[in-house]
Amino acid sequence: MIKRLSKSVREYKKPAIITLLLIIGEAVIETIIPYITAELVNRIKDGIDMNYIIRTGIILIVMACLSLMCGGFAGFTCANASAGFAKNLRKDIFGKIQGFTFQNIDKFSSASLVTRMTTDVNNVQMSFMMLIRIAIRSPLMLIFSVVMAFIMGGKLAATFVVIIPVLTFGLIMIAKKAMPAFRSVFRKYDKLNESIEENVRAMRVVKGFSRENYEKKKFRDASDNICVDFTKAEKIVALNRPIMQFCVNFNLVFILYVGSKMIITGDGANIDVGQLSAMLTYGFQVLMSLMMLSMIYVMLTLSAESAKRICEVLSEEPALTNPENPIYEIKDGSIDFDGVSFKYFKHAKLSALLNIDLHIESGMTVGILGGTGSSKSSMVQLIPRLYDTTEGVVKVGGVDVKDYDIESLRSSVAMVLQKNLLFSGTIKENLRWGNEDATDEELIEACKLAQADDFIQAFPDKYDTFIEQGGSNVSGGQKQRICIARALLKKPKILILDDSTSAVDMKTDAKIREGFRKFIPETTKLIIAQRIASIQDADLIIVMDNGKIVATGKHDDLLASCGIYQEVYAQQTNGGDSDE
Amino acid sequence: MNEKKPAFDAKALKRIIKLLFEFYPVMFPATIVCIIFSAVTASIPALFIQKVIAVIEKWVETRDWIAAKAEIVPMLLILCVLYVLSILSVFIYTRLMAVITQGYLSKLRCKMFDSMQNLPIKYFDTNKHGDIMSHYTNDIDAIRELISQSIPALINSLTIVLAVLAIMLYFSVWLTVIVLVGVFFMLLVSKKVGGGSAKYFVKNQISMGKAEGFVQEMMNGQKVIKVFCHEKECMDEFDNVNEALCNDCRKAHAYANVLGPIIQNIGNVLYVIMAMIGGLFIILKVKNLSFMGYATLEISVLVPFLNMVKQFTGNVNQLSQQINLIVMAAAGGSRIFSLMDEEPESDDGYVTLVNAEIDENGNVKETDKRTGKWAWKHPHGDGTTTYTPLRGDVRMVNVDFSYKADKQILYDVSVYAEPGQKVAFVGATGAGKTTITNLINRFYDIEDGKIRYDGININKIRKSDLRRSLGIVLQDTNLFTGTVIDNIRYGRLDATDIECMKAAELAGADDFITRLPNGYNTELTNNGSNLSQGQRQLIAIARAAVADPPVMILDEATSSIDTRTEAIVQRGMDKLMEGRTVFVIAHRLSTVMNSDIIMVLDHGRIIEKGSHQKLIEEKGTYYQLYTGAFELE
Repeated sequence: MIKRLSKSVREYKKPAIITLLLIIGEAVIETIIPYITAELVNRIKDGIDMNYIIRTGIILIVMACLSLMCGGFAGFTCANASAGFAKNLRKDIFGKIQGFTFQNIDKFSSASLVTRMTTDVNNVQMSFMMLIRIAIRSPLMLIFSVVMAFIMGGKLAATFVVIIPVLTFGLIMIAKKAMPAFRSVFRKYDKLNESIEENVRAMRVVKGFSRENYEKKKFRDASDNICVDFTKAEKIVALNRPIMQFCVNFNLVFILYVGSKMIITGDGANIDVGQLSAMLTYGFQVLMSLMMLSMIYVMLTLSAESAKRICEVLSEEPALTNPENPIYEIKDGSIDFDGVSFKYFKHAKLSALLNIDLHIESGMTVGILGGTGSSKSSMVQLIPRLYDTTEGVVKVGGVDVKDYDIESLRSSVAMVLQKNLLFSGTIKENLRWGNEDATDEELIEACKLAQADDFIQAFPDKYDTFIEQGGSNVSGGQKQRICIARALLKKPKILILDDSTSAVDMKTDAKIREGFRKFIPETTKLIIAQRIASIQDADLIIVMDNGKIVATGKHDDLLASCGIYQEVYAQQTNGGDSDE
Repeated sequence: MNEKKPAFDAKALKRIIKLLFEFYPVMFPATIVCIIFSAVTASIPALFIQKVIAVIEKWVETRDWIAAKAEIVPMLLILCVLYVLSILSVFIYTRLMAVITQGYLSKLRCKMFDSMQNLPIKYFDTNKHGDIMSHYTNDIDAIRELISQSIPALINSLTIVLAVLAIMLYFSVWLTVIVLVGVFFMLLVSKKVGGGSAKYFVKNQISMGKAEGFVQEMMNGQKVIKVFCHEKECMDEFDNVNEALCNDCRKAHAYANVLGPIIQNIGNVLYVIMAMIGGLFIILKVKNLSFMGYATLEISVLVPFLNMVKQFTGNVNQLSQQINLIVMAAAGGSRIFSLMDEEPESDDGYVTLVNAEIDENGNVKETDKRTGKWAWKHPHGDGTTTYTPLRGDVRMVNVDFSYKADKQILYDVSVYAEPGQKVAFVGATGAGKTTITNLINRFYDIEDGKIRYDGININKIRKSDLRRSLGIVLQDTNLFTGTVIDNIRYGRLDATDIECMKAAELAGADDFITRLPNGYNTELTNNGSNLSQGQRQLIAIARAAVADPPVMILDEATSSIDTRTEAIVQRGMDKLMEGRTVFVIAHRLSTVMNSDIIMVLDHGRIIEKGSHQKLIEEKGTYYQLYTGAFELE
């Protein structure tokens, strides 16, 4: 896991290492300063020697400046390294997701991906910062301080031999006990936040059933429950301070007593009053370092959860890859399904598609009809290789889709998805997704074909009209037509419309189809629709049910022979389903 | 230190603290006392050390440990007692703080949630859900830091600073003045650097939000990106956002990281300067002004004084480290309070809905039992109370409405729905169909005209009772985390399992629910993402059915169900709608055809009304829609 994450440090290795070095420098200076000040105090005690004071004073000031420089620069490089690391990490995750196939996308919810790229990366970043700033510094300070204490205090430093293990043991025990408590409560906390989000989204339902008080109570219970757990966990951690305080105090009393005895009896002749106070300083430093270490320990283990979630994304393998010697040229728009079966998940019990055999000639218009869950969408998604078949072969232009370069294949097979989206940006920008280099004339031409030009021209800003996120400021029918235009701009050999005109009225719908016939006759058109009117003049109509093709033929044939088709037709004609 | 910063909201900070006292009127002051006590006991040892050293000095020549011990031990014993008390108070206050922090956050969260539940729908229509959510996550987190960390640190450091200051003054006024000059510099630097850091942290928060928004949009549109092979372009765009975020983040942390070393080393320098000046004073035999009198400065004063300088600057450093957290918490608090201070949904209704028993003479009697019959309880000004049986008669008369002052949505709309009638609304997106239903259940209040429910002005009916009598099924189905049956029961909390299943059957949902892995006990998560949109709608219909309301509003309730399945659902719905007043909004004309009255809306006006037959004969807009000559948008 650490290996995986550390790959994202890259160009920020340098500032990270510099930070380490600077911090080491700072730590060294910081341990020397008390030593010199102790000397200074002693000298002052022995009588004022102004020369000495000034000399030592200058040394100390220089050291303080050095320490400031080290610490200050380390602050910069550390911020640089950690912010850069986070940036790279986000970039890596985002890049990885861009490489995802539909299968991978299905696995992660988009909300969870967003959390991974924000909260989780932040946690890891904070840990990284702690790591390069404190994780090295604290043990160093610990070692330096103990060494210095032994140099100065001799036997007096024995107190650390007692205190360090005691404190370490105490802190580790606390961390050990607190961590699982925190981990479980954080999970609960996440759930609480999810339920708030749910509540906010469903506010109309809550108010509609006047369930405000019910929700309040539900929330209060959940919040109380979390509060109890949190308090428990924090109470454990709260023990840190008294234990720490105890050690500091014990240390002080011990050093004062034993130290003064040593000084007076001359038992440790090398110790004097100045060193005594230096010992106290070192003692404090040792304990602070231990405290810091235990804090890091807790931080790291808590953010390990975040790291794990990030690694889940980073180690996800794209479900399909480009072939080794890809074919870039797509001959024509013919489509063949040879014995195709398909499951969304390897271990799924039910096949989404079963034994599909289908042959479509280039330039044909094909209508596909079927109820919800009949796997119409699953079938057409195999053509631009959004998923790979479980069994059998899908061919485009007579060649297995797996042999094509994926990008070439997808630019020849344009697909308008059922759950279609426009992105925030102008209409022009959205259209250019289909073809970056399209001229304004080409955009207008495509929009005319998709019957979108008229309403776009009616907007005050025309093609520069800004589309809000998710396309919320255009109507459903308008959105669908912009999406069709966007797909047309690819100049595809195959055009797939997955229920893409459902919000368009029949007349416009008919006009779009007529345009297709007239202006892009050589393009193969696959149209999935709920309305029979949208497909009844197709060259071939496919009726699907439960992942199987139940009938194929022209409108009149199916009307004569296919039960489902008859049923739907009857409903729609006497139901007056002109629009949906 | 930070009052002058423009981004800083002192009022919010004050209110956060005020709430602390409000939630914990005893515990919080007790905690403060404990913290102060422990801080004072932490600054006293400086005096003891001084005394011990004096004793050592006294006996070091004669090397008389026995005599020295007799003086040192009592001192150390007192010290030990002090320490025990100090540890005890630390122990107590850290535990109290754990209780207070979490309790406070929980209470604040609940308070905020309560206020949020009372807000009108308008608030949720006009605020981004992500923004509302961030109050519960980021803003609460910022306050957590303030309470659990900054407040104890502030009290602790301030106490020590004051205590040490007092002791320093006690020793020497001149030297203290010099220390204060140094501290002034520290504060200056803290303000500059700390302020910069806070500024960039706020900026960082904003670019974080931007990045989050971008990522969210891209993750939602990931499949479209794939279909258009647009990955590279997205990466490039993301790089820009990411770079900006990285920059702000770097600056914020750089400022924060640098502050510590600066303050600390100013402290070091101050220490050295004090030693030099002190030495100089002693050599020059400068008179020392202190509370001990006016005498020459002694070495025995200078040594502890130097220690105190360290302690003093150390704690000023502690204080400066809190600036960031305080500014962020104040910003968070100000956002939270602005949510809590939003005008709640007003409700002056006094007519309530009660269970009723109706005898053969039509007399209505109130009862506690669920009888399946309901009545409006209408208390009058003269002290009498009348009961009106609930029938489901809804009339809108000459209603005008607009969401925003400059854009009127409904013009002079009148609708009469008699009990048991099915009234349909047809019209383009934005014509005002959903708005009408928003008015009936008073998600929004009308501007002009009146709406009467069983003859009662709906403004007089208590909102919760009004809504209880109306069942709604919306196009965007929202389900809750929990089992399928829990979701259905949401319609009526005391419904039995059997009643819920019956409702599901009625809605045509029973079939697919029983085929789910755990049937009715299947857990739904993430708004029922494991179900199809059509299945979610079926559950929503069942949920409305179990509520058994006399009036139903179906807003595109079957839009995601294919026509074949809809026909099945329709049969259930017809059963469901029997004897009820139903308002239907649908794009599909097949859904509304069999309505008693169809209202065709155009730009907020009713342009045609009548039965299907009548409207077809009129050959107006409805006819054009029906024949497909017209687009609904």
